[in-house]
Amino acid sequence: MTDLIADRWLLDRPNSYIGRSVPRPNAPRLAEGRGAFVDDIETGGRTGHAAFVRSPHAHARIGSIDAEAARAAPGVIAVVTGRELAEIHDPWVGVLSHLQGLKSAPQYALPLETATWQGEAVVAVVAESRARAEDAVELVKIDWEVLPAVTDAETALDPATTVIHESLGDNLAWRRNADFGDIEAAYAEADHIVEETYVFARHTGVCVEPRAILADWNPGEGQLTVWHNNQCPHMVQNILATHFRLDEHRVRVIARDVGGSFGIKVHTYADELATVGLSLLLKRPVKFVADRLESFLSDIHARDQRVQGKVAVKDDGTILAFEIDALSGIGPYSMYPRTSGIESNQIVNLTGGPYAFDHYRAQATVVFQNKNMMCQYRAVGHPVKCAVTEGLVDAAARATGMDPAEIRRRNLRADDSYPCKSAQGLPFENLSHQESLAKLLDAMDYDALKAERDALRTEGVYRGIGLASFIEVTNPSAMFYGVGGARISAQDGATMRLDARGNVFVATGATEQGQGMEAVISQVAATAVGVPPERLKIVTGDTEHTPYGGGTWASRAAGIGGEAVAQAGRALRQQILRAAAVMLQEEAENLDIRGGVVVERASGAERIGLDEVGRVCYYRPDTLPDGFQSELVATRHYVPRQYPFAFTNGAQASYLEVDVETGFISLLDHWCIEDCGTVINPQLVDEQIRGGIVQGLGGALWEQCVYDSDGQMLNANMADYLVPMAAELPDMRCGHVVSPTFESDLGAKGVGEAGTCGAPAAVMNALNDALAPFAARLTDMPFTPQKVLRALGKI
Amino acid sequence: MKPAPFAYVRPASLEDAIAALDEHGEDSRILAGGQSLMATLNMRLSAPEILVDIGRVPDLAGIEETDAGLRIGAMTRHAEVEASDLVASRAPLIASAMPHIAHPAVRNCGTFGGSIALADPAAELPACAVALGARMTIAGKGGTRTVDADAFFRGLYETALEPGEVLTAVEVPGIGAGWKSGFMELARRHGDYAMIGLAAHVEVQDGRFGQGRLVFFGVGERPVCAVRSAALLDGESWSDALGDRIADALKEELDPSEDLNADAPMRRHLAGVLARRVLAPLAA
Repeated sequence: MTDLIADRWLLDRPNSYIGRSVPRPNAPRLAEGRGAFVDDIETGGRTGHAAFVRSPHAHARIGSIDAEAARAAPGVIAVVTGRELAEIHDPWVGVLSHLQGLKSAPQYALPLETATWQGEAVVAVVAESRARAEDAVELVKIDWEVLPAVTDAETALDPATTVIHESLGDNLAWRRNADFGDIEAAYAEADHIVEETYVFARHTGVCVEPRAILADWNPGEGQLTVWHNNQCPHMVQNILATHFRLDEHRVRVIARDVGGSFGIKVHTYADELATVGLSLLLKRPVKFVADRLESFLSDIHARDQRVQGKVAVKDDGTILAFEIDALSGIGPYSMYPRTSGIESNQIVNLTGGPYAFDHYRAQATVVFQNKNMMCQYRAVGHPVKCAVTEGLVDAAARATGMDPAEIRRRNLRADDSYPCKSAQGLPFENLSHQESLAKLLDAMDYDALKAERDALRTEGVYRGIGLASFIEVTNPSAMFYGVGGARISAQDGATMRLDARGNVFVATGATEQGQGMEAVISQVAATAVGVPPERLKIVTGDTEHTPYGGGTWASRAAGIGGEAVAQAGRALRQQILRAAAVMLQEEAENLDIRGGVVVERASGAERIGLDEVGRVCYYRPDTLPDGFQSELVATRHYVPRQYPFAFTNGAQASYLEVDVETGFISLLDHWCIEDCGTVINPQLVDEQIRGGIVQGLGGALWEQCVYDSDGQMLNANMADYLVPMAAELPDMRCGHVVSPTFESDLGAKGVGEAGTCGAPAAVMNALNDALAPFAARLTDMPFTPQKVLRALGKI
Repeated sequence: MKPAPFAYVRPASLEDAIAALDEHGEDSRILAGGQSLMATLNMRLSAPEILVDIGRVPDLAGIEETDAGLRIGAMTRHAEVEASDLVASRAPLIASAMPHIAHPAVRNCGTFGGSIALADPAAELPACAVALGARMTIAGKGGTRTVDADAFFRGLYETALEPGEVLTAVEVPGIGAGWKSGFMELARRHGDYAMIGLAAHVEVQDGRFGQGRLVFFGVGERPVCAVRSAALLDGESWSDALGDRIADALKEELDPSEDLNADAPMRRHLAGVLARRVLAPLAA
């Protein structure tokens, strides 16, 4: 592998910025308060501020709406109902053709007849300020007819249960069955079949910046401009054009700075489309910024899975088969356009992923319910499939009396077995499970840690060690969404241009969410062209100024967006060198660009500055030979074609202590060895891993959207919904194995979700290791003190 | 999360503050540090017509030593109490509670008197006030009166403060010779309101307990003084058996509330755990 890396033109560049922790170019701007978040955008005094009357009921028919008092309230511009908005837009249905059988009902910007979850926006109020709008919201009277709420996924398909959408016939959104190999034969061959049920609570991604949209319809120009903190500006452009019956080139979507997204801001939210509709109706700018309370009730939730798992293992520790039966309640609609079936689909596709086994059976059932909608949040399906797999592997270890590290060593795919396919038939290009596990055990000093744990146990201190190997889907091709009919770009483009003073302009379809994408793009661009990063200007997040691209999701921006930049940068370098060669009467092949200067390739001797190349090409083309026209702008696009996904892999470990009197869990240490291929910016990669781990730990220990049986969310505020806080978090130690993808020149895979994927599994296994001396086992996240005490029989 | 419209006054004297409160009665709320009030306003859980900001009223802030102990002005910020050597030496129970009150940013703004006057049942300072037998100084139109902590906390967010009255200071008796105090709370995350907490103030002579108060918070509508359980301490030295007896007695004596984090049996169980953990070191 080392030889191949050495062959790569990009990684081999002189003065490479790849692999260096260069500072983020956008950091000073943000630190100085000069960010351009949606709420920072000024569109003048005519701007209306939207607030919504949200359903207080989980399921209720919308009767008469009395908005007279609200319309008459001070500062109110308009009160608009679903029926009025429906005049100017077409509803959407969140299905994908490759998730066969997935169904959903048409969803409108505001519902026409029935509210189907508590917190669903039902009536819009636009006023001169958000405060005035909120005042008027309180004055809108709706004659509700409360309907029975479907809240329990387990009984959603019972004949006695209310059907949420009569047109669909039942509450089944989707069911997938998968059967690979011969699982019955595997069961017959196995010495042990261990079964366990795992529960993953509903939780959500809590962004520092809530969802926000500012829509400005200019009827004079026939132009809709939308500032929107979405991860995918081009996707939003297409959706707005489609559903508001506009020409796509008359819709401009701008997503400059985004204060965290985590998959929360990659969807079609009805209240955001309502805001666009309000601007079209009122012919003025309308802004909607979700507040924290409505964020909890309307930002997508995720997970909410109950998975029965089974593993078949032989006495020698060989794992023969996995089987799962997963049930998930997704809320009343499948989210558009990515659908709410993907999380379950990922669980079916990826369970058992790190291990070499041949027999697999899975069922995933996805049902509608009257709770907030669920969809893709960081590491879609991954924390679930990882915890189920790793919980079962630990169960197999117990059944066979093997050490958890040893059973993993025996069953993880060999590092020299690639390329190969998973039991589910997904191709793996180049992974490093064995090396990652070895590095992990070394980093944590596994044997010494076990000895410490055992010694402390005799003193009544209960500590546990948990391991979790994982795979992660990154760099998705069109096989993820495009093949199912969604207009979500799998490819990304980059345009790079040499300006007259020798600086380089870069426009990319990848988007900045606060994760440092601008830094990564600048490193690749600087390296590919041969200029220092400070000579670059990076433009992201504007459908009018960036090449078509997918944006940021599924850990794709560096691997796909970055590769497009690499190719555009190389093309620009060649264009510059052709021009320089003409000026210098030299062969272009003998030249290179290093440090912003054209040099002689062999000696590195400086020949001509890029500023001089720019000056001549733009201002004195008359001095160039006839027939030579310089071209100093290049656009390249990239999409993975050979592999549907660039799988990454890694291994995590947790070390924790359980206070068996209080049930409190203290996280003592956490490790992650990750293989994301080429590491472009080590600091940003490690921070991605750490941030991901934190969100994984949140799901394992704290975060849960608690609903009562009437479908009321009981903790929709920052006091009661427990996001992880620094004081409770352990040190997180990161390490790397580098197995680049050979599909791109950059070789980078994604890293955004690896931490979230493995952390809950590692914590669950550590917790149960700590509780091993007791007849206590916990597989129901989040692991609260009360659950621990109950498992211990203390209460 | 924008508050309903409200009027705002910032009186320059206590008399003006009392006059403003008296004029508007129950439609007014005192704004002190704002760390609880602003959140309830923004969430529209409360919509007073007028806020009376006492931030500029002179002489309401500060900690001074008195003959009996300490006088802590109602507008004294938590951060000042936390950093006070006087509090550490004369009221160590309060000093040990301070780091548990939310986070530094909140402690920079939030006030000692605000926490007492709000009377959140899961808050630290009301329990400390009851454990120490603090006395509340209250000013109103008719003059000044004092109320014992026991009588001050009446129920859920309910105190002896009448409309038009202002809590101006808390008189905290200084710790006596032979008395010790201990504080512990359990919260899912540091800085959250406690799932359960214990403020203990007990007499200990030669390793034997005497009189004392065990005041639990987060278990009821107000700080709960476990009188019968505390009585078991009298004359005893610490032993695991004593810990068990107290834990059992607490299960009988406490009638805790339930919430998302803990049901009643869990709180009863944790009360015993806290009692053991707080009391055992005090006898040492």
